[in-house]
Amino acid sequence: MASHGIKDQVAIIGMGCTPFREHWDKGVDDLLIDASSAAFASAGVAKDDVDAFWLGTASSGMSGLTLSQPLKLVGKPVTRVENFCATGSEALRQACYAVASGAYDVAMAIGVEKIKDSGYQGLNAAPAPHDGTKRNLTAAAMYSLVLPAYAARYGVDEDELRMVVAKIAEKNHRNGALNPLAQFRREMPAEKICEMASVAGRLSVFDCSGVADGSAAAIVVRADDAHQYCDDPLYIKALSFVSGTGGGLIDPEYDYTAFPECEMAGTDAYRQAGIDDPRSALAMAEVHDCFTPTEMVLMEDLGFCERGTAWKEVLAGTFERNGDMPVNTDGGLKAFGHPVGASGLRMHYECWLQLRGQAGEDRQIDLSTRNLALVHNLGGYPGEMVSFVSILGPQLG
Amino acid sequence: MRGIISFGGYVPYRRLNRAAIAAVMGRGGGRGTRSVASYDEDTTTMGVEAARLALRSAETEPRALWFATADPAYLEKTNATAIHAALRLDTSVGALDFGGAVRSGVGALRTALEAGGPTLVVTSDIRGGLPTGADEANGGDGAAAFLVGGDDDGPVVAELLGTASATEEFVDRWRQPGSPSTGQWEERFGETRYGPLAAQAWKEALGSAGVGAEDVDVAVLTGAHGRAVKRVSGQLGVARVADDLAAAVGNTGTAHAGLVLANVLEQAEPGQTIAVVVLADGVEVLILRTTEALAAYRPVLSVADQVANGAEVSYATFLQWREMIRVQPPNRPEPSRPSSSAAARAQDWKYGFVGSRGVESGTLHLPPARVSIRPEDELDEMAPAPMADVGAAVVTFTVDRLVYSVSPPVVFAVVDFDGGGRLPVELTDVDPDAVRVGQRVEMTFRRLYEAEGIINYFWKARPARSGSTTD
Repeated sequence: MASHGIKDQVAIIGMGCTPFREHWDKGVDDLLIDASSAAFASAGVAKDDVDAFWLGTASSGMSGLTLSQPLKLVGKPVTRVENFCATGSEALRQACYAVASGAYDVAMAIGVEKIKDSGYQGLNAAPAPHDGTKRNLTAAAMYSLVLPAYAARYGVDEDELRMVVAKIAEKNHRNGALNPLAQFRREMPAEKICEMASVAGRLSVFDCSGVADGSAAAIVVRADDAHQYCDDPLYIKALSFVSGTGGGLIDPEYDYTAFPECEMAGTDAYRQAGIDDPRSALAMAEVHDCFTPTEMVLMEDLGFCERGTAWKEVLAGTFERNGDMPVNTDGGLKAFGHPVGASGLRMHYECWLQLRGQAGEDRQIDLSTRNLALVHNLGGYPGEMVSFVSILGPQLG
Repeated sequence: MRGIISFGGYVPYRRLNRAAIAAVMGRGGGRGTRSVASYDEDTTTMGVEAARLALRSAETEPRALWFATADPAYLEKTNATAIHAALRLDTSVGALDFGGAVRSGVGALRTALEAGGPTLVVTSDIRGGLPTGADEANGGDGAAAFLVGGDDDGPVVAELLGTASATEEFVDRWRQPGSPSTGQWEERFGETRYGPLAAQAWKEALGSAGVGAEDVDVAVLTGAHGRAVKRVSGQLGVARVADDLAAAVGNTGTAHAGLVLANVLEQAEPGQTIAVVVLADGVEVLILRTTEALAAYRPVLSVADQVANGAEVSYATFLQWREMIRVQPPNRPEPSRPSSSAAARAQDWKYGFVGSRGVESGTLHLPPARVSIRPEDELDEMAPAPMADVGAAVVTFTVDRLVYSVSPPVVFAVVDFDGGGRLPVELTDVDPDAVRVGQRVEMTFRRLYEAEGIINYFWKARPARSGSTTD
């Protein structure tokens, strides 16, 4: 009984990603067609060459028909998956296991979300029938609880900490500004973010991820077959997933300064990949910066720095694109936008570009000493969340 | 001996300064304040709060629950059943609504005093009218509950000595179901009806009690007809007419005689004779005498304490809460209605605020769970954990300005209960700027929202009132 992982058994041979936008002129079908077409072209395959599909969407459609109908897939299995905001990564995880098992040779994972047809601001999921006792609180408010808790635990001044997390938004906007696919392409100084009105706790709207429509897709094969399709595949080193007990909500020992589900998923992924020291092994990380405090805490959960030190590392510029540990080089959820079901695959798309030296001159990170990337994708709230971590690399071994 | 075993009055936290009405409207209002039920309260939730106080001062389990209000949250469906559930009464305890008329409050109390078995009488009302009208300014919101029974049910603190009723059909005040305001005939007419009816009932009640007017230490005299109340006040011939709470609370209609009586009982000595006279489409009179048991009686939270500890609500917010003005809601989906079957399954949790506690670990689970978060507890090795009366403290909190609310912003806290256990819970009766870490809170039964005509009741936390929780 163990989480063995499938290190170096599966490779990504092609990916596609639409711009993340308020796509008033594109529906779910259009976004799926655009992302899948880009992925087919990237891998050099036709849709009929793909044996099975995993479609991730949180609430833009039900069942495999959401994909098989617009793509007119004939005789193919399509599985719709949903795992909160980690839905896109979950689709990839299932597709990887499908080819690793030998059940299929070629599989596609595709994520999509059409948020902007709801007529409301923000993300709004329709709840299942309920007893009426669930808490009524936005995700922003739940994550806003991190700031005072972290400030108290580590003796950081609350005003200073507020500036720290604004610096995270500033960094991600700076990265997004260079990225043609990102939703927000304007830099945003931290000082301006701090001056904005609070919407939840001390968080302003610019501490929250962008709300966008979009789709992203990956095509995976067994590693042994990868070179039949491309010269520079990206190998899966680790895939980990942890679904929490929800105990953090009712456990007085939980203090809102860490996300244990993320730490567990990270530890499992490092073990699968054979990584002892993530900071020296990883060239970059794409993490789930749904709100600015989330990214700060994740730096500690994922072992990029010691507990209680992430705020200093943020100020030191460690996680900048040209820093020692680049994080969210594509702009993250903050600036790239967050179409729920697509985001996990978008994170892998950035690794696909960066690790293969295709991010473009102005965005490309340094790969001279390290060449592994980590993707972290979560869903839920402090105290009750699901967390995904993968590790990718351009070489076997 | 049959009489009152325990009682509790409930005055909501908010007050409207009557002068604020004229400041906005140019007329209306008056001096003093009136009590205001919050946006998340209705007559049922206020009834629960009064009944919780009454039951906590007694060992007696009621065998019947009667609920009276002129402003029922539901028609057709019984409102007393939600109170029954919140109090976690046994399914064999009947729950009935005495509906519609202001007179039903004192009527339910009188009927219980003259019936058999321990009976919990809950009276509650939300009073209002159109802006600038007298009912808007002079009305008040509140509830009162009385556990009534005989000697063998528990120590009786006020014994019933006698009663009388006088009834006549005349249209003095009237309101159609759903109407925001009450019609009133020319005041002089009603006065001519109430005067003789009160004289007749008063004489008969004194006779049945075997006392004279001069033996009555204090009279609780209430009614919606101000001139008539004033006239009857002069004709009773008693030593003292009790403060009717008009200056701070206002007239709470169906609940008012009970609320004033609770206040009087909290200040009374053993051996005092108390008359209750209610003018409402006729006259009801009760004559009570406090017993030696009153000396040992300890109210959980007195009416006077609640009257003294309120906070102002602006007239604009008051009008919004009463749906006299509609404001733009946040651009968020409205909440969906609760599922009746899911709510019924979760009745102990949703209405009674009962969690579960791991038998081995002692870890509290809110909501109740079958599987513990602690590995030492076996499956289903959980004991019910009633938490409604357990105090808690704020661990951390946030203010949510994005989420849908009838009255934004939502103030939300993570609270830790005394003796262990945690819940992230919405706060109410609180100003966002006044919340602090470590603040003491207590649970209160509230109306979260209404969807498709179904009212979603659940619990929130509010800043603790003195003595109201078990520390």
